[in-house]
Amino acid sequence: MIEAKNLRKAFGPIVAVDGVSFSVNQGDVLGFLGPNGAGKTTTMRMLSGFLPPDSGTATVAGHDICTDAVAVKREIGYLAENVPAYDEMTAESFLMFTCGTRGITGEECQRAIDKVAKTCSIAGVMHQPIGTLSKGYRRRVGLAQALVHNPPVLILDEPTDGLDPNQKYEVRQLIGRLASDKCITISTHILEEVDAVCNRIIIIDKGKILVNSTPEKLRKDVGGSLEEIFRKLTSQRGKKAVAGGTK
Amino acid sequence: MKGFLSVFKRELRGYFSTPLAYVFLVIFLFFSSFLAFQQGFFEIRQASLRVFFMNMPLMFILLVPAIAMRLWAEERRTNSIELLFTLPLTITQAVLGKFFAAWTVMALALLLTCPMVITVAYLGDPDWGPIITGYLGSLLMAGSYLAIGSFFSCLTRNQVIAFVLAVVACGMFFYVGSPSAMNYMAGFLPAGVVEAAESLSFQSRFESIQRGVLELRDLAFFILLAAGCLWANIIALRERVAAG
Repeated sequence: MIEAKNLRKAFGPIVAVDGVSFSVNQGDVLGFLGPNGAGKTTTMRMLSGFLPPDSGTATVAGHDICTDAVAVKREIGYLAENVPAYDEMTAESFLMFTCGTRGITGEECQRAIDKVAKTCSIAGVMHQPIGTLSKGYRRRVGLAQALVHNPPVLILDEPTDGLDPNQKYEVRQLIGRLASDKCITISTHILEEVDAVCNRIIIIDKGKILVNSTPEKLRKDVGGSLEEIFRKLTSQRGKKAVAGGTK
Repeated sequence: MKGFLSVFKRELRGYFSTPLAYVFLVIFLFFSSFLAFQQGFFEIRQASLRVFFMNMPLMFILLVPAIAMRLWAEERRTNSIELLFTLPLTITQAVLGKFFAAWTVMALALLLTCPMVITVAYLGDPDWGPIITGYLGSLLMAGSYLAIGSFFSCLTRNQVIAFVLAVVACGMFFYVGSPSAMNYMAGFLPAGVVEAAESLSFQSRFESIQRGVLELRDLAFFILLAAGCLWANIIALRERVAAG
């Protein structure tokens, strides 16, 4: 459902994403791993249709992100890295706004919001302005915004960042439940999360994909725990040693 | 259309869920009537709103950029623009939605000056033509000022910078037609250029509308200027978004 072909994006002299290609199918939960500044967020912004790539393209749910970005946005639920939202709006009116923009109105909208409030456990803060919410609640409101229209493709940039261990567990359970009929891409630098929810793994560094595999296969090929593998691959010295072996 | 309406409603509600709209309305209403009374609204003993409308171009220079400055600067500062543009709507819809929301606030501000109208209608028998065209001209002029403000708002993440740039730009459109500016420019510019500059003046365009002379070229001036600025706004915003 996601098909990225040679995506490239530079900000001035800095090449953030340099020729990234991969695909994700329905039922997949792809874990997008990489050190800070590796190009995870830029890649996800491009897939969401927000950032146009410099070259290369991608199709999401059959729509091209360059030529038909609005159609892409209709099919995805996107949670951005630091959960941008309108701070003066209450969680409820915020969700009503995103529903309205997506053409969900009236009773249907109320039903969708009630449902997603339960799934994301935000029913208690629906009437609070988003600016007054704690980090964890804010992220869950962002997650609710991404789920409220029941999209076939989910792109979640660090969905569990800032949540307490219980909430992390809940969100992972939620992703697990959603996985069967959706195509989910999450970025994270928490390696246990990959083990907990992902059946695919991509490690990216300096804008290039180092590994595109499954957690099990990666462990078998390289050996050691995911954390060791991650360090081995993304630290300078290790990169050369495994460059050919795992791709 | 969904996208446009949704942005429009959110933005309009945004003005009223913060003190911004109320502060603006109170200050606008106070100064618009204060200046009119001070400049002899009653003393001229005419049932007309000429004195009232006379101050609009100058007042708008300071007040309209205050309404427009947050439109995009705020979205970019808080990064809510990333949320907005991962929803299924186009940049054009968003720009227009926000512009019309701000314009609605301006329209409301003008509507709330109705006690002035009631006053002249009660005290005398006013000529309704100039009153109606005065309001129409004010509304159109506010649209032009707003479009300028919206454009500058998308150039920066800082609302203060957006405000200052918009005030300077609006001020230039206002002063370019004034006698002192004309005299100054005539000193070193060819007559044709000075004339062209004068035709850009908000002041003279507005005055002729406000006198009750509805000419297509005056109306077209404000509408085309607003449309041009919004178009530039859309292009600039697209580039800003693409540049990250």
